[in-house]
Amino acid sequence: MPAEPRSDGRIVIVGASLAGLRAAETLRDEGFRGELTLVGEEPHPPYDRPPLTKQVLLGRVRADDVGLPRRRAVEAHWKLGVRASGLDPDGKKVLLANGEHLPFDRLLIATGTRARPWPDADAARLDGVFTVRTRDDASRLAERFDAGPRRVLVIGAGFTGSEIASVCRERGIEVTVAERGPAPLVGALGGALGTFAARLQRAHGVDLRCGVTVTALKGDGGRLTGAEFSDGSRIDADVAVIALGAVRNTEWLADSGLAAGPRGVACDAGCRAFDMYGIVTDDIFVAGDVARFPHPLFEYQMLSLEHWGNAVAQAEVAAHNMISAGPHRRPHLAVPVFWSSQFGLNIKSVGVPTFSDQVVLAQGSPEEGRLVAVYGYRGRVTAAVSVNRAKWLEHYRRMIETAAPFPPGPGAADGPEPAAPVPSDVPDPKVLSHGPTVALTGHLPDRRLTLVRPGG
Amino acid sequence: MQIVVDLNRCQGYAQCAFLAPQVFALHGEEALAYSPAVPDDQLDRVRKAATACPVQAILVGEQAGADAG
Repeated sequence: MPAEPRSDGRIVIVGASLAGLRAAETLRDEGFRGELTLVGEEPHPPYDRPPLTKQVLLGRVRADDVGLPRRRAVEAHWKLGVRASGLDPDGKKVLLANGEHLPFDRLLIATGTRARPWPDADAARLDGVFTVRTRDDASRLAERFDAGPRRVLVIGAGFTGSEIASVCRERGIEVTVAERGPAPLVGALGGALGTFAARLQRAHGVDLRCGVTVTALKGDGGRLTGAEFSDGSRIDADVAVIALGAVRNTEWLADSGLAAGPRGVACDAGCRAFDMYGIVTDDIFVAGDVARFPHPLFEYQMLSLEHWGNAVAQAEVAAHNMISAGPHRRPHLAVPVFWSSQFGLNIKSVGVPTFSDQVVLAQGSPEEGRLVAVYGYRGRVTAAVSVNRAKWLEHYRRMIETAAPFPPGPGAADGPEPAAPVPSDVPDPKVLSHGPTVALTGHLPDRRLTLVRPGG
Repeated sequence: MQIVVDLNRCQGYAQCAFLAPQVFALHGEEALAYSPAVPDDQLDRVRKAATACPVQAILVGEQAGADAG
């Protein structure tokens, strides 16, 4: 085989977390011999985020022990602790906040997301108000949990907020969870499992308040003292964790001419970024939480996924395509998957549960704390969620990949009479406190419009 | 030495929890919790656990980016 024409030159990867790291490894694995630079805003080498809201907050793992193992050496220049501040697509340069310019032949954008802050900046600065996205955030909050707060308020009952509430209960800390939507996790899993999650939280002693917003965080002498709710009630709390979802780190691309906005950086199925006219670029690639890409299983709607597995899979495809000539490129078609552990249960998902009109309880039941819910859209299977039944998900993944008819046949059910499908009750994300971790964002790559939510 | 477990792939077979109980433990019936930083005296056990994992979900390796320059 002739030598790949694209295995030399300069590649810059902006974002030194999971996606950036796996892309760098894949580039070297597949024969890239040129100059490789990784830029990371945080001063730390790549680390794993999922343990932060679980073992780290439980106090079982130290926050500085969550570093990621490498698959291989990447022989890269690591520029850590410096933010990318701009992109010059004509001059093919990344601009760094320290004034440095990094020229590139091909660029990978893997800048991910950050925690959505509390909208009132003064209240957000109160001692006792936290977000959890980075290892430093988790370290500070774990210390505060060690000190034994009297009550923790968690604002937003998505996966992050629910996991933090679970940690509080496991540590014997009183916790109030406030969620504007009708139930926890409802933005990701729909109404039926949202009801299950609400019962689960209450059974574990969480003071769960749905259908309310936090109207104010109160402080005294710079310290958080409590919060007021939209229903007129108030609580005393010495810690508040803001879990309102994520904001995509795309501001540095505002003048780049790319299709980058609050919903991410739009790219094609091969991870190539679109410009603002919807024209695909050939030297700028995107991977991980910041990417917005079309998926054929979901009618080619643009998807944004804040998932560990997507960061890995998309980074591998992006890296392969960065050094492969056109006919050898691969599409990123992986079925979305994620997990969460909370209140002693293992929750796993395949497909996109919010891309559904109906859901059926295919196995188990909420009562036994073990179940599989299967989601369908217009008569085909589009997702499945298991609670303590992970071994079954492979079966449903195949159904999703083959667009199997919904509801699924009785072979997969453990009862003689399978349950009847019910509406999946996926709420409009704008009525929720927690941001959805999966966002279907329509069909148009260059569409920048989005609803800017006042928060709370 | 660091580890990361692909918890999408993990199905809770718990072979690792038997082979290296100081590093891996089931949290509830099925959710795996583990210590990402492996103590030196656990390294052999962790390598055995990685080999024995039926779904090959455990990655063992040096800390990424440690050779940062």
